[in-house]
Amino acid sequence: MAFTLYTLIQTTILCTNAIAVLHEERFLSRISRGVDQGVGGFGDDPGVKVQTLNLIRSVRTVMRGG
Amino acid sequence: MDYTAAQSGFRQQHNMRLRNSSVDRPDGSQLFDDTSAAVPGPEGAYRNQQAGPQAEGLPGHSFLSDPMSNLAVAYGSSLASQGREMVDKNLDRFIPISKLKYYFAVDTVYVGKKLGILVFPYMHKNWEVNYQQDIPVAPRFDVNAPDLYIPTMGFITYILVAGLALGTQNRFSPELLGVQASSALVWLIMEVLAVLLSLYLVTVNTDLTTIDLLAFSGYKYVGMIVGIVAGLLFGRPAYYLSLLWCCAAIFVFMIRTLRLKLLSEAAAEGKLVRGTRNQLRMYLTMSIAAAQPIFMYWLTYHLIR
Repeated sequence: MAFTLYTLIQTTILCTNAIAVLHEERFLSRISRGVDQGVGGFGDDPGVKVQTLNLIRSVRTVMRGG
Repeated sequence: MDYTAAQSGFRQQHNMRLRNSSVDRPDGSQLFDDTSAAVPGPEGAYRNQQAGPQAEGLPGHSFLSDPMSNLAVAYGSSLASQGREMVDKNLDRFIPISKLKYYFAVDTVYVGKKLGILVFPYMHKNWEVNYQQDIPVAPRFDVNAPDLYIPTMGFITYILVAGLALGTQNRFSPELLGVQASSALVWLIMEVLAVLLSLYLVTVNTDLTTIDLLAFSGYKYVGMIVGIVAGLLFGRPAYYLSLLWCCAAIFVFMIRTLRLKLLSEAAAEGKLVRGTRNQLRMYLTMSIAAAQPIFMYWLTYHLIR
């Protein structure tokens, strides 16, 4: 498979864009609902789901500016 | 002395030119004859001086003694040093050059031992990295420390060997070298990014830096090169056999190295520790190690036909 650096840049931009345009109501709140009512993440092990949601939220904050 | 003589020579030359131009303007050839018949040294120097202070090969003595050229040289060199300072400062912000130097502090003995471990890791007993007051020891003094010399050399050698393999099959063209290089580089970057992402998601408290991960991902090029060379020399069965051997070796190497870095103390010593966290970390280690043979096969199978 002939990948070029340009393909890599394109891939990262498209993936970041995909994360930024996720719809809050339909998608993200459904996933967050199960998590927020849980531990609260103060143990020393937040868990994979909490980490992914944090990551998505931070990417959206940076990309959308608030 | 030369300075003043040249100065006065210039002024005289200048006056002479003015006089000549005013008098001989309609007759160009005479102007040329006059000036060339006169002293050729300072005239040539004057012309070159007009052209620019960086003139070279002058027959005259007037180049370095002229104040204009001195000023220009000094200004140019100060500009150059300013530029270099700025570049260094900004480059250091993005690529930590001092940290990189640690990874290239290798010597021949280390490289030899490390290559041996990469191909035959089964006899090596002690996989821990020695520390010296919180700083890992340079690769020169510790075989287990990661370095960037072998991955860099391996990458370049892989591209050259790929070109060789394509050439023996009459499929070579110079653009293919660039294609191979960028393809392998992209896969390497994607692998390092994927490992970084998964390390973040599993919240592993480790002292593995990005450059360490780059080094570990680059160790597979050694196995790839061995496989391709064996395939070129002895045919396809030899390629498959040597690739299988190198894949197993890299798998064991990665597991033994990452086990100490990613897993907790107890689990690293081989005891079975329960809990989802350690299980997840074990899976992570296994998948990173299993990705290496996959990449090794993926990047080499199209070279051997």
